Amino acid sequence: MSEEMMEEGGGVVKKFLYLNRKAPIGTVYALESLEVVLIGAAFEQDVSMIFMDDGVYQIKKGQDTKGVEMKNFSATYRALEMYDVEKLYVSKESMDERGLTADDLVVDVEVLDAAQLADLMDDQDVILSF
Amino acid sequence: MLHTVNKSPFERNSVETCLEHSKDGSAILLIEDGVYAATAGTRFSDMVKAAMGSKTVYALKPDVDARGVQDKLMDGIQLVDYAGFVDLVEQHDRVQAWL
Repeated sequence: MSEEMMEEGGGVVKKFLYLNRKAPIGTVYALESLEVVLIGAAFEQDVSMIFMDDGVYQIKKGQDTKGVEMKNFSATYRALEMYDVEKLYVSKESMDERGLTADDLVVDVEVLDAAQLADLMDDQDVILSF
Repeated sequence: MLHTVNKSPFERNSVETCLEHSKDGSAILLIEDGVYAATAGTRFSDMVKAAMGSKTVYALKPDVDARGVQDKLMDGIQLVDYAGFVDLVEQHDRVQAWL
């Protein structure tokens, strides 16, 4: 458990990590995660997001959902920084095995390997998995 | 025979099993998260490329576009729209769906 800090309202700030491992459209996990992140951001917590496995596809550039008549929420990831959600991480191994690079993504991310991600997860107070 | 696959190759082994259990001359249509198997430079690209030597691999364009992988498609993948999907079903005597 990390050292606890106080937020402006006097409440406790905890380290929240959202772990995203599902592709964006085939299931509802990605959208649900994004909504929870945005709701949680209102509580002034220390938020990080990891994208790994098919979760890296959530932030792939160029998503155009007109043809499938579904909501395109990929642009919303770019709004996260307005909610002070700026700690975005992707798995290097997941990117490599999908032929993706950081240039393929809609947001600026830090690319971490498995050991670094393990450290990051170990440093959290709460991990929410999607 | 027309085979359809709708699962990401990273999530399930549906694409792999389909390719292993379909005969030469088959049509393979990748739909929904299955379209990730149509992209280049992945852990599965070589497998799909090899399959294209004896089978035709299609991907449903609306699903490709929705996932933003239109710029990553492998050479040789045939894109079809919904009408093309219907044509493929009509052209083949049977359809096998790999879920």
